[in-house]
Amino acid sequence: MCENNRGKNIIRSNKLNLYYGDNHALKDISFDIPENRITALIGPSGCGKSTFLKTLNRMNDLVPGVKIEGQVLYKGEDIYGKAVDVTSLRKQIGMVFQKANPFPMSIYDNIAYGPRTHGIRNRAHLDEIVERSLRDAAIWDEVKDRLNKSALGLSGGQQQRICIARALAVEPEVLLMDESTSALDPISTSKIEELAMELKSRYTVIMVTHNMQQALRVSDYTAFFLLGELVEFGDTQTIFSKPADKRTEAYITGRFG
Amino acid sequence: MRTYFDKQLQTLNDEMKAMGALCEDAIALAAKALSENSRELAAKVPPISSALDQKERDVEDICLKLLLRQQPVAGDLRQISAALKMITDMERIGDQAEDIAEIVVSMSGCRQEEVELLNSMARSAIRMVTDSVDAYVKQDLELAKQVIAQDDTVDDYFERVKKSLVDIMVKEPDMGSCALDLLMIGKYFERIGDHATNIAEWVIFSVTGEHRSAELSN
Ligand SMILES: Nc1ncnc2c1ncn2[C@@H]1O[C@H](COP(=O)(O)OP(=O)(O)OP(=O)(O)O)[C@@H](O)[C@H]1O
Ligand SMILES: [Mg+2]
Repeated sequence: MCENNRGKNIIRSNKLNLYYGDNHALKDISFDIPENRITALIGPSGCGKSTFLKTLNRMNDLVPGVKIEGQVLYKGEDIYGKAVDVTSLRKQIGMVFQKANPFPMSIYDNIAYGPRTHGIRNRAHLDEIVERSLRDAAIWDEVKDRLNKSALGLSGGQQQRICIARALAVEPEVLLMDESTSALDPISTSKIEELAMELKSRYTVIMVTHNMQQALRVSDYTAFFLLGELVEFGDTQTIFSKPADKRTEAYITGRFG
Repeated sequence: MRTYFDKQLQTLNDEMKAMGALCEDAIALAAKALSENSRELAAKVPPISSALDQKERDVEDICLKLLLRQQPVAGDLRQISAALKMITDMERIGDQAEDIAEIVVSMSGCRQEEVELLNSMARSAIRMVTDSVDAYVKQDLELAKQVIAQDDTVDDYFERVKKSLVDIMVKEPDMGSCALDLLMIGKYFERIGDHATNIAEWVIFSVTGEHRSAELSN
């Protein structure tokens, strides 16, 4: 129904399999993630949402005993290909975690950290990036007078938005968010949701959430994972009004198991 | 899983069943009052119609509470939103039964033979109402489709009623006021059939997620 106005896909997962030793954590995952849209990943604990998210910017590479088969194509190119530079991949595909993890340094340095590692030294340029990123993350007004104070002195919700600003500072194309609002109060949560919806004109957002209402509020597409498999992927309204698979229905209506 | 929610959904279903039963009572009584030309029977219809108004508010309350507190999705959401739409039609059926009863009270001089065709029409309409509510309670797609098909029968009856009343008006002008009363009653039964059809369409939505209005606009 939405196939026509769905536009371009930015990432394609093609028969993706991932093993942690004997644990077959992702089983033949194939689907396309639309560009400039918000895609929600839902499913019960342990079904592989975070694992899948991490394969998208190769955060699983360092896990001992991990084996990955199949392909993840980013703009048509296999990110597991030999020629791929992981640092530049992660610049394009940024990640925000469940728990805010600002670096133990000033707010300014948190945001400037990424651009500096990519070689930007000019102070005026950095100032500009810091302000833009903090504005984009909807926290500029709250911190503009204390940029040189430690980021650790901020509230949880503010820290989370600092982390989003930090991810945005390197101008990624894709933002991966793993339960990024699960520890936040409703006000901070709605700020981050608003943010995600605003950002999608420029970024592609992929978010893991356990909050069905959140998936409904913000996402355009929803993927339902179960036991390492992708059960159903489709536009969010269809998934939540008439899912095709009985297991999806059971999960989203809270009648699972 | 979700035992409490499922219990509340069951309560909703019971209320819908009760409301459906009131609907049937209302039009069955109105039809009987008509066929027996009985003012006593007709007088029993308005209280049922008031009870339907009350039930509509009760069910609305349950639905809104469920929407707010349980934030239902998928099949649950469809069932609750279908119920919310259906009660409007059920309440209207009560109003129309009351309108019929009101005419019966003031009607005079009609002969049994003129009323006969309307009785058949009434039976068809009552059947549609019963079946549409049944279809909801059992989430029975086939039964809902049958109701929609049956609407043609009721419409056909109405055409026949109109024709016979026109004949009467032409041949016996002094029967004109009776003919007009009967025409109104026929129109109300025809509307009742339409409401039952609406209910059946919401049952289909509840079961399949497809509503006919969407089909028509596509
Ligand atoms: N680093 C790891 N080493 C070994 N096994 C892992 C590792 N990370 C995850 N797993 C396993 O892979 C499976 C999927 O885990 P994953 O963290 O992706 O689930 P999830 O869907 O994100 O769950 P949750 O909702 O609880 O965050 C689980 O069986 C988990 O135990
Ligand atoms: Mg996880």
